[in-house]
Amino acid sequence: MTELSTEEKMEDIFSEESVKRAAQARNIGAELSRLNDVRGDVAVLVADMGVVAGEFRQRHPTHFFDLGIAETNTMSVAAGLAAEGLIPFTMLMSCFGMLKCAEQIRTDVASNHLPVRIVARGTGLALGFFGTSHHTVEDIAIARSITNMTVVAPSDFNAFLSLVESTIDLPGPVYFRMSSGAEDASVYDSVPVIERGRFMTVRPGSDVTVIAIGNGVVAALGAAEVLAGEGVSVEVIDAAYLKPVDEQAILRAAEHTGRILTVEEHNVIGGLGTIVAEVLGRHRAPSLLKIFGLPDEDLAVSWPAVLIEHYGLTVTGVLEQLRQLLAEEK
Amino acid sequence: MTEATTPAGSVLERGRSATTAELGNRAEWIRLRTIDLIDQAGGGHYSSTFSVAELYSVLYYHTMRLRHSEPKWVDRDRFLLGKGHAAIGLWPIFADLGFFPVAWLDGYGTLGSPLTDHPNMRTAPGTDFSSGSLGHNLSVGVGIALAGRANERDYRTFVLTGDGEIQEGQVWEAAMAASHYGLGNLVAIVDANGYAGGDGSTSVTMNIEPIADRFSAFGWNTVEINGNDIEEVVAAFDELPSPSSKIPTCVIARTMKGKGVKMMELAPNAWHIGKLLTGADLVQARDEIESRIR
Repeated sequence: MTELSTEEKMEDIFSEESVKRAAQARNIGAELSRLNDVRGDVAVLVADMGVVAGEFRQRHPTHFFDLGIAETNTMSVAAGLAAEGLIPFTMLMSCFGMLKCAEQIRTDVASNHLPVRIVARGTGLALGFFGTSHHTVEDIAIARSITNMTVVAPSDFNAFLSLVESTIDLPGPVYFRMSSGAEDASVYDSVPVIERGRFMTVRPGSDVTVIAIGNGVVAALGAAEVLAGEGVSVEVIDAAYLKPVDEQAILRAAEHTGRILTVEEHNVIGGLGTIVAEVLGRHRAPSLLKIFGLPDEDLAVSWPAVLIEHYGLTVTGVLEQLRQLLAEEK
Repeated sequence: MTEATTPAGSVLERGRSATTAELGNRAEWIRLRTIDLIDQAGGGHYSSTFSVAELYSVLYYHTMRLRHSEPKWVDRDRFLLGKGHAAIGLWPIFADLGFFPVAWLDGYGTLGSPLTDHPNMRTAPGTDFSSGSLGHNLSVGVGIALAGRANERDYRTFVLTGDGEIQEGQVWEAAMAASHYGLGNLVAIVDANGYAGGDGSTSVTMNIEPIADRFSAFGWNTVEINGNDIEEVVAAFDELPSPSSKIPTCVIARTMKGKGVKMMELAPNAWHIGKLLTGADLVQARDEIESRIR
């Protein structure tokens, strides 16, 4: 790995693995640069923190726009660029880029079916050291309720690459929910093919199903490995698409194992668990369902890894949830 | 006044010939058509539209480069209506320019009509961007102007805001970005009619003056005109710097809300929304406007 600039290190100084994460950010920039080499219609917008654009900033200066600390303006500017045929990627801190811009996203971007890509970095507890202002645990609920929005949650960088490429020609907006661990995690050995509206089964199993997003996928895989040693077969599904959602995968899990645990670094209201519950309810599909995520209460503030541990979004935490679910009567 | 008979597909060049009388008549025609459409729909913003009638007339019949019947022509000058509630005055113009059939106007105000109180780019051809949430369109205009640079097109982007609209903070984020990026291809027009929607005089609610000094401090060229005076509007737009220049321009158009109908000029906010011209008032308003057509 080449030496990172001070600026690059600063960008992710909040992360325990700052160097690794900054390198991944640089990789996003490299990927978007490569895409623009091929297409010529990709633009990248940031609201300060331009380092997240990586090499795109240097290689495509006519298509790179830093709008300063002004997120709402950034989102509307992106809408204007998209109206003129460009595919703008807004790369903003999710707490401001999504929550603060919800109205611009709905009114300027989504209502007009414009192809803005909203890459929300630092979702969940990823920026939790800085205070409650920096938690982003409502974004899925908001994004998925916006008409015309596609919502994806890459569980690792390969999934991100897959989703960027497979959605690039979609006429409407796409919300990329980058979880705190997704840029570092390793779920896929290579770039997977993720079809629109499909979940990915990353581990087959027959006793219980975990449907997870982001770093929850890695935690679930770890828990599945432990339980395999005890003779319990855990199916792990990566809910890469939250909208459109893979109803068939949910219904198959209900029929196949009848025990579903959802894992997400999001408020338990309005996110993945809610989505799964809606599908089960809509289809009157009988299944046990346990929704595991962040409680709907004032959340603690600390380093992300400490918070993840505190709220149990870890192998141990998921294991405990699974044991409880397995003990329930069908 | 009859509709134009320009052939479809012909380019309407910037600064094309039009007399003051013709443009003045066109502004009055916009007012009359606005009255017709509001009467038909049962609601709409008379006074907010009347204040910008001369601006619409000069932009669409003299200043902007357009192509008849081709609302998406790539080299057209763009126009964004930040104060979207004055869209009703654009619909007759767009029909006249062949952007959609004149017959569409007959359905205005009915369920499913592509023409709405605030403009929708997905349904109304000629609408360069939707609006309805005040304060967004100058930002969108910055994006469209930046795209013009990135795509190497020399179109101009005009954004018409209300004076109440510039109370929105996002307008100033956009103003900052426009000068930072050297967008000489961007023109903001502030319809400074002195009244916002609900609480009366704009600056009594929240002071916005001095508008020119504020834009100037944000790095813009500014020009202040009587926005209801055709000759002043023509002169201001004729003197716009080249789209390749580096400083955005703000035209502060001092206008009168309800301009052209005395009862509205005297009580502009009463006529913002919710009040309909009926009976003798309707006849009087029409007579007043028609009497000025030369």
